[in-house]
Amino acid sequence: MTALSTETPQPGPAPKGPKKTGWQAYSDWANDHRKWLFAAPAMVFVGILIVFPLAWTLYLSLTDASGSVRAESDFIGLENYAEVLTDTQRFWPAVGRTFYFTIGALAIQMVLGMCIALLLWRPFKGEKFVRVVILLPLVATPVAVGMMWRLILDPNIGFANQLLNFFGIPGQPWLSSPETALTTLLFVDVWQWTPMVVLILLAGLTSLSDEPDEAARIDGATAWQRFWYVTLPLMMPTVIVAVLLRGIDALKTFDILYATKGKGGGSFNEVETLNIYAYGLSFDYMDYGVASAVLILFFMIIVACMWLVTFRRKGSK
Amino acid sequence: MNALTDTQRNATTATGGSGNGTGTAKPSARRRKPIRTRAYKWFRVVALVAIVLTFLAPLVWMLLASLKTNVDIYDASKAVFFSPTWENYDNVLGRNNYFTFIFNSFWVAFVSTALSLIIGIPAAYSMSRFAMRRSALVVLMARIIPGVSLLVPWYYVFSNLRMVGGYEVLILSHMFVALPLIVYIMMSYFDSMPLELEEAAQVDGLTPIGAFTRITLPLSVAGIATAGILSFIFSWNNFMFALVLSGANTKTLPVAIFNFVSYASIDWGGLMAAATVVTIPIMIIALFTQKYIVSGLTAGATKG
Repeated sequence: MTALSTETPQPGPAPKGPKKTGWQAYSDWANDHRKWLFAAPAMVFVGILIVFPLAWTLYLSLTDASGSVRAESDFIGLENYAEVLTDTQRFWPAVGRTFYFTIGALAIQMVLGMCIALLLWRPFKGEKFVRVVILLPLVATPVAVGMMWRLILDPNIGFANQLLNFFGIPGQPWLSSPETALTTLLFVDVWQWTPMVVLILLAGLTSLSDEPDEAARIDGATAWQRFWYVTLPLMMPTVIVAVLLRGIDALKTFDILYATKGKGGGSFNEVETLNIYAYGLSFDYMDYGVASAVLILFFMIIVACMWLVTFRRKGSK
Repeated sequence: MNALTDTQRNATTATGGSGNGTGTAKPSARRRKPIRTRAYKWFRVVALVAIVLTFLAPLVWMLLASLKTNVDIYDASKAVFFSPTWENYDNVLGRNNYFTFIFNSFWVAFVSTALSLIIGIPAAYSMSRFAMRRSALVVLMARIIPGVSLLVPWYYVFSNLRMVGGYEVLILSHMFVALPLIVYIMMSYFDSMPLELEEAAQVDGLTPIGAFTRITLPLSVAGIATAGILSFIFSWNNFMFALVLSGANTKTLPVAIFNFVSYASIDWGGLMAAATVVTIPIMIIALFTQKYIVSGLTAGATKG
């Protein structure tokens, strides 16, 4: 192995190319257009399976399509939207529940998530074990999680009430009562997704430099002051990302609601959020026109919420 | 979302690469140890135990219930101490033919992840290198759209093509979950990868595409693994698409769980065994690929 031998050109693909002129032409063309060539398959997929169906949903929301997907339908303008927006029986309660569920779950997840992330921030014995445990709820299948809590929270045979009775507290109805079902599910969501917030915030915490915190300590700041005035402002971008990611998913929560309360969010529609409502309209009532109107409104609500969160970030900087 | 500065780039590589970057926190913590009070130490231990119990106990309970007879499940005195039985698993795997559903779940998740990787990685590369932010936004829009709004048009088209109930539809619909995830993770991975390597390869005579396949791709194995594992998990866990688009023989596990729920009664033992069968494979994957999952879930979170 002399130095010379390593300097001779490798018999790679580059020297091979020029011999075949046809291949070379293709190769040149491909390399010149690689930007779109690389992106094209994914863009075509997204176009066919996402943009086109979304446009169709928009169209359906302006028709009276119902019954069968193959049935004829008439264009009726904004009638579906008028019907939905004046519906105080199902639509507006569903909007309320969606926001109650999302804001409640998100707030608890952020506060709890930040507390746990701060606890796990500095190394300790058994850290690996705790991190694995935290990952488990996150990867567990949501439907299975719903079923699991259904058993644990069962008023008669569930472990939750057995535990409460052991401490002398009367058992709670949990999922079986229309008053407590949604709040109970909110906490199931907190159980499953707080770990996600923890992981995101931990990634943010570990990427912070120690100097600002150190400087504040030397200046005599208390632990709380250092968190509130130093760590938290530095963490704001990460917090916003966590709020966005979790917020979008919480708005669209479907699996645990359907797994625990079934179609229509229970017999009194007590956990019927917008997603569950739209699903029921589409596949139980086959009322595609109205369902599409609900979905378009739902989509607009999600985009508006995202815009609010990101807009606030730009405003605060 | 502008191009990253060098320091930010280093920061993201550091956290993305080493999972949680606990190594960087160690020295400072040692320096601080004497200041910590005893009370805080004890509080921390109690809090950590509480956290572990909260997240672990329900899962353990599910596992225990799956090993009980339905009579034992109703008996509070046999909450922890009972004679375990495989009856429920016999029922789930044997009589209810769950091996078919396990295969369905695996096959749909595997193929949709593989296909999404094939079309998603080059797209992510292009979007990262050429700063195609608007195109990226279109792909990432899929993360925002409520799945139900796509299901009605899909159902219409695929039922006309007589494809509802087949694997193809399920795979296509699960790609809707997998592709945006893969593009998102791989974009942030390519963003943090220095351009110089590719430039050097091109100076040495590789074409740009050659540089991508021979230099960038081999260096992205960790990122590809991250994206692939996460997309597999999300596809395995997905419920709504299979609920509408699967047929009796192509049901995936999350849908098949409902076999144990009827209006009249619930076979709790069978239900918990089925839930365990769905969850265990994913948890085993998670145990062995923890590092990748964490870096994938937190991809792009520290960019700001």
